[in-house]
Amino acid sequence: MAVSVTRNRFLSADFEAKQQRTSVSSEIFVKWLLIFLGAAFLFVMLILPLVLVGFEALAKGWDAYLAALTEPFARKAFLLTAEATVIAVLLNVVFGLASAWLLTKFDFRGKAVLGSLIDLPFAISPVVAGLFFIMLFGRMSPIYQTLQDLHVAVVFAVPGIILATVFVTFPFITRELVPVMEAQGRSEEEAAATMGAGGWTIFRRVTLPNIKWGLIYGIILCTARAMGEFGAVSVVSGHIRGKTNTLPLHIEILYNEYNFTAAFAVASILVFLAILILVLRNLVEWKLERKSERSGNHGL
Amino acid sequence: MAYEVELRNIDKHYGDFKASDHVNFGVNRGRLIGLLGPSGSGKTTILRMIAGLERPDSGDILIDGQRVNNLAPGKRGIGFVFQNYALFRHMTVRENIAFGLKVQKEGKQKIRSRVDELTHLIGLDKFADRYPMQLSVGQRQRVAFARALAPSPRLLLLDEPFAAIDAKVRKELRGWLRETIHKLGITSIFVTHDQDEAVEVADDIIITNKGRVEQTGTPAEIYQLPRTPFVADFIGESVHVPDYTVFKGFEAGEDGAHPGIIRPEFVEIGLNDKEIAMPLAAEHGIVRATYFRGSSVEAHVEVKGQILKAGRSLEKPPLQEGAEVRVLIHRILSFGDGKAETVENKSKRKESVVI
Repeated sequence: MAVSVTRNRFLSADFEAKQQRTSVSSEIFVKWLLIFLGAAFLFVMLILPLVLVGFEALAKGWDAYLAALTEPFARKAFLLTAEATVIAVLLNVVFGLASAWLLTKFDFRGKAVLGSLIDLPFAISPVVAGLFFIMLFGRMSPIYQTLQDLHVAVVFAVPGIILATVFVTFPFITRELVPVMEAQGRSEEEAAATMGAGGWTIFRRVTLPNIKWGLIYGIILCTARAMGEFGAVSVVSGHIRGKTNTLPLHIEILYNEYNFTAAFAVASILVFLAILILVLRNLVEWKLERKSERSGNHGL
Repeated sequence: MAYEVELRNIDKHYGDFKASDHVNFGVNRGRLIGLLGPSGSGKTTILRMIAGLERPDSGDILIDGQRVNNLAPGKRGIGFVFQNYALFRHMTVRENIAFGLKVQKEGKQKIRSRVDELTHLIGLDKFADRYPMQLSVGQRQRVAFARALAPSPRLLLLDEPFAAIDAKVRKELRGWLRETIHKLGITSIFVTHDQDEAVEVADDIIITNKGRVEQTGTPAEIYQLPRTPFVADFIGESVHVPDYTVFKGFEAGEDGAHPGIIRPEFVEIGLNDKEIAMPLAAEHGIVRATYFRGSSVEAHVEVKGQILKAGRSLEKPPLQEGAEVRVLIHRILSFGDGKAETVENKSKRKESVVI
C-alpha cells in the first residue's frame, strides 16, 4: 500500500514535470513568434520605406541625385520650407509659451474650453484647415477687397503657407509645456511675486529655466511637423513652382510627372531631416530623464 | 497699540464654498501668531489674502495702518514661506536668498553681505552653493525662511512650515524658528492644523473653523477658557458626555440634557480613598482599559455608564483592568446655547469647607 502511494506520487511528479516542460517550450515558441512578428512589422512599415527612398533616389546614380537636389525649383522649395518652418516655430514658441502660462498659472472662466480649443488643430483634418484659410482670406472673403487694395496676398502666396503651418503645428509646444508647468505648480512664481518680482522677471528668471527642456522638446516636435506639413499647405499654396511650392508639394509634383528619381531624391532630404530630428529628440529625452533622475536621488 | 496687520470684515468665496466669513482680527507688532484650524477652515486663504496672492471679495486688509487690498504682493513688505518651500530649483542656496534683493536692485556688496549674514543665521554657510535638491527637507525649510527674510520684510507669513518634516526634526525646527523669530522681533503669522505646534510655538493663537474666526487668545487662554463648543472640542483631548449633571458635584437644578467635554487632565484616578485628595467629591468607577504612553499611563474608566479618560503617573501603583477605583472629576467644559464655559466640581468646595 505504502509503496503504491509513493509510486503514484512519483508518477504524478513526473507527469507534472513533463507538462511544465511542454508549457515552457510553447512559451518560448510564442515569445519568438511575437518577436518575429514585431520585427517584421517594423521592417516592412518603417525601415523598408526608408531604404527604398534612398535606393530610388540613387537609382540613376549620384549625378542625377545631386542634379535633382540642386535644380532651381527644388532649391526654392527647400528655402520656402525652411522659411515657413522657422517662422511657424518662432510664432508657436510665443503662442505656446503664452497659452501654457495662461492655462497653468491662472484661473479664469472658460479655461477648460480654451484648453480643448488649443487641441483643435490636432483633431481637425489639415485639408479642412486649408479650406478654412481660403474662406477667410480668399475671393469669397469679405476682407478680400481690402487685402487687394493693400496689395497683400495671403492665399496662394507665402503668408498663407506660413499661416497654415502655424495652425497645424499650434498645439505641439503648448501640449508639451502644460504638463510640465502644471507639475511644477505656481508656488515658485508666487514666491518670486512676494519678493517684488514683476511678471517679466518672474517669467525670465523663474518659469523659463524650469521649463527649458520641455520647451526644446516641443520645438523639436513642432519643427518636424512643420517641415512635413502637406494637406493644409497644399490647399492654400496654389502649387506655383518656384514661388509657393514647399518640399512636400514639390515631391508630389515630381512624382505626378513620373520623375521618380527626382521625387525620391528630394524626399531623401526630408527623410534625412526627420532622422536628424529623431536623434535630437532622443538626446533631449535622455537629458530630461537624467535630470529627473538626479532630482529623484536627492529628493524627499 | 497699533496693529501691524488687521483684517476687517473679510469675505471670500470660491464658487459656492465660503472660505472666509466675516473674518476680523488684529495682530500686534512683534507677535508670533498661530492660525490654527482643521483643513478647509480657511486659514491658508487668510494667509494668502494678507500676502496679496488672493483677493478678498469684500473687506479691508491693513498692514501698518495702510489699506493694502490693491497693492501687489511684492509691495506689501511681507515675506512668505510656502508649504512646499517653493525654492527656485535651478538656483543655489545663495542665489535663492539673493533673489529678492536682486529684484529690488540692491548693490552687489550689500547683497553679498546680507546673503552671508542669512546663511550664517540658518547655519548653512557650508551649503551656500548647493541646489535645493541636494538639501534635506529641514535645510530647505530654513533656506525658504532665509529667502523670505532677505528683503527685510515687516511681516513674515508661513504656510504650514513644518508639515513636510518628519517628527524628530520638526520638534527641533519649531524651537529654532520660535527662537529666531523672537530674536529678530519680526511680526509673524504661521498656519498650522496641528494644535501641539500652535500651542508650543505661538504667542497668540487664532482658531478658524468654516471660514470664521472662533477664538483668539494666548495658548493658555484657549486651552483653559474655550469660548465656543468648537474650540472646546478641537483643542486638547476631548471626551464627550451627553449629560454631565449625572456626575457628583455637577448636579444642576434645571431639567434637560447638559452636554459637556471632560479632558483627561480634568480627571484624577485613585486606587482607594487614600490616593485621592478629596474622596467625598469622587465617583466610583471601573477600569476598562489601560494604555502605556511612555511617560504616563492612559486609563479608560467607566463611570455611570460612560467611559472617561485620565492620565496616571507611572510612579503610582498600576491599575488593573476591571478594578474598582475612585474617580475625581475636577471640572467639566459645558456648552449650551453655543457657548462654552468651565464648570467646577461643587462637592470639592463643600469638602474643603467641612474640613
